[in-house]
Amino acid sequence: MKTKLFSYNQLDTFIHRLSGLTKLICFILLTSSVMLTYDIRIILFIMVLSGVMMKISKIRFSQIRLMLVYVLIFLITNFFLTYLFAPMYGVQIYGTRHDLFTIFGKYVVTQEQLFYELTKFSKYLSVIPLGMIFVFTTNPSEFASSLNRIGVSYRVGTALSLTLRYFPDVSQDYHTISLAQQARGLEMSAKAKLLDRIKNVAAILVPLIFTTMDRIELISNAMDLRGFGKGKKRTWYAMRPMKKVDYLSMAACLVVLLVTLYVRFYVNHSFYFNPFI
Amino acid sequence: MFHMEETVISFKNFGFQYYSQAEPTLHDINLDIHKGEKILIAGPSGSGKSTLGNCLNGLIPCAYRGTITGSLTVDGIDTRNASLFDLSQKIGTVLQDSDGQFIGLSVAEDIAFALENDCVPQDEMKVKVQKIANIVDIEHRLENNPHDLSGGQKQRVSLAGVMVDDVDILLFDEPLANLDPRTGEVAIELIDEICSSGKTVIIIEHRIEDVLHCPIDRMILMSDGRIIADDTPDRVLARNILTTYGIREPLYLTACRYAGIDVTEAMKPASLKTLDIALCREPLHKWFVEHVQPEKQQVQEPLLEIEDICFSYDGKKQVLNHVSAVVHKGEMVSIVGKNGAGKSTLAHIVTGFLKPDSGSIRLNGEDLSKYTISERAAYVGIVLQNPNQMISKTMIFDEIALGLRIRGVAEEEIDRRVTDVMKICGLSEFKNWPISALSYGQKKRVTIASILILNPDVLILDEPTAGQDFRHYSEIMEFLRRLNNDGQTILLITHDMHLMLEYTDRAIVLSDSVKLADQKDYEVLCDAELCKNANLKETSLFQLAQKAEISDPLGFVRCFIRYDKEHRNHEN
Repeated sequence: MKTKLFSYNQLDTFIHRLSGLTKLICFILLTSSVMLTYDIRIILFIMVLSGVMMKISKIRFSQIRLMLVYVLIFLITNFFLTYLFAPMYGVQIYGTRHDLFTIFGKYVVTQEQLFYELTKFSKYLSVIPLGMIFVFTTNPSEFASSLNRIGVSYRVGTALSLTLRYFPDVSQDYHTISLAQQARGLEMSAKAKLLDRIKNVAAILVPLIFTTMDRIELISNAMDLRGFGKGKKRTWYAMRPMKKVDYLSMAACLVVLLVTLYVRFYVNHSFYFNPFI
Repeated sequence: MFHMEETVISFKNFGFQYYSQAEPTLHDINLDIHKGEKILIAGPSGSGKSTLGNCLNGLIPCAYRGTITGSLTVDGIDTRNASLFDLSQKIGTVLQDSDGQFIGLSVAEDIAFALENDCVPQDEMKVKVQKIANIVDIEHRLENNPHDLSGGQKQRVSLAGVMVDDVDILLFDEPLANLDPRTGEVAIELIDEICSSGKTVIIIEHRIEDVLHCPIDRMILMSDGRIIADDTPDRVLARNILTTYGIREPLYLTACRYAGIDVTEAMKPASLKTLDIALCREPLHKWFVEHVQPEKQQVQEPLLEIEDICFSYDGKKQVLNHVSAVVHKGEMVSIVGKNGAGKSTLAHIVTGFLKPDSGSIRLNGEDLSKYTISERAAYVGIVLQNPNQMISKTMIFDEIALGLRIRGVAEEEIDRRVTDVMKICGLSEFKNWPISALSYGQKKRVTIASILILNPDVLILDEPTAGQDFRHYSEIMEFLRRLNNDGQTILLITHDMHLMLEYTDRAIVLSDSVKLADQKDYEVLCDAELCKNANLKETSLFQLAQKAEISDPLGFVRCFIRYDKEHRNHEN
């Protein structure tokens, strides 16, 4: 169902048991590793790692199918467009040229270009599952408590967790309003011209904003009435104490980042890993 | 049962005016509430009863600004000098829409919210939550998401969330809105239990008959920002003033009055259980004999055929299981049943918002599945419960014209048709007005008009009168009745048993994904077994007839509805 998109999934797995803070820090460490390198060995390692974590956290394929389809469409488009605009970029980077075959004119397919694009493709593909794992396995309130613990104001933390919480509701509202407007004749499918479709989205956004404001007024009154914002501090029911595994997980991810940096500066001496020389 | 001891709430010459309003909303309120009392505050929309509630819990003046005259003290504190937080330690408020007020992701977390804000340590918090959960009987659901609970369980969670603060006074703002009849009854019983444990309870509600399901000490009636009556329910009901102020009196009392019975305090009219039937028996029998008429049978032509619909959102849990029904031309039919029984899902399948797993929807014999949602709008129109979910323009005229403009109808014709529809919907005088100037009921009419303009064969309304007082309810329903009399076929999704009884010809009863019944609506509400299975409530008219030993109680109910319809048409 559409509404289940982006929502926290309550299960009891190793990943779910980690504190939200641990997951956030691990996410940042691993993503930085991927961003700081073009070494396909490291990237593939992180990709396998995120695949394994996905398996451990029992995320079902049906939950991520839709998102995965969008991501793949984007990546494949990106793959071809990169080739279209810079067919020789790989050669430029790696400094060698191994031709495979010619399409026409300057469009020659080289091993270097394929290797470069494949690396780039895997970079995206290894980071995205990490993000999904974070969203699906982190209890928003527990995450808010983690943020609070590292010094972020509890108001900010709560606002963030409420946003995550209400995302499914608002997307449900969007869906209902969109259907009701379509019933009045609004064409939202590919049949309509792009400009019309943009105009039509406005016809959905206005009611959506008003319903969301109603929601916000109600929830903020409910929170006020139960003493939210009373003191400078508050405690958290959902807070998880940091355990040994939390520190170990963060340490493991830090090691991955350090290895990445080491490989970059002392092994490859470059951003790129070059198998051609 | 007056408690003459400690006064916990005291209004003295109290008045309030919102900064955004030209006139004060409350005038000269003088009211004392004593410890352990159970109070009902009733009044039509705009009478100031919700404002009064907000003054008590501190939302006024902390969240809604305005000018206060006179004084209000709660447990010895003047509310003008108190913060919202001071007051939240004294008064716990359960807001109207329990769905919208859940903050926690799990039941336990939601109950703990107030404790979290009080910086209670985690282990202490867990003990307290467990204790309160036991009191309201929700301890087996602590790990669930509050949104996945049944309506009654949600009420328990909201209640636990305010009781955890150890407050002595509980304020319920329209606790019955959005609950199916049986769940509403359970909620009232729960409130009664809480009250008997020594808490002071204030209920703001306009559904008097439902609140009086359990005894209350005092009933305060408000109108135009003033207190009109402040007395025991027996005495207030005997004064026969409710209908005058736009509130519905209990149906069994209306029946008594039709029969010419003079309702007095001595008859104990506050509940059917206490009502002295000896004085009523003879006049009721006499009235029934004089007014009974044989039932007319009409030949009907099928318009909308729902055939063998199955539907599931996730492929596992069936939401609709082989549901079939027929709606005839010119009928007004209601779909009723407990929360989550599949009523709205069925409506969304008829309009094409959802595709059924199997089965078909036919209109005038034509299968609708080949049409897109927007093409179907010419056959079936739906008005959503919340008008804010539909309105996208700032001007009334543009909003109503939207469907036609999209369809590329010429502007002259649009002008003519919008003017016609506005006339039908009683909106003519607002032709050049912005929508923001309208009341909720008027907005509702704008949304109905914006659908009617597309000339659908069947008009579906989801909870058309939710949260409306008797006056607005009657206004909307009489308007729908006029449309129906002009030949419009109407399908209503509702929790309101009065609405179903008074306005629709027939009821389709859904329960746990199957159709339980499809019959005359008074027959549904006189069938205790069926009512129990579908979370409905037997009508008090039927119980009155039984209590008065009328031989044909079903006939009595039918006779009452017909008489009431004629009587009210006469008044209009």
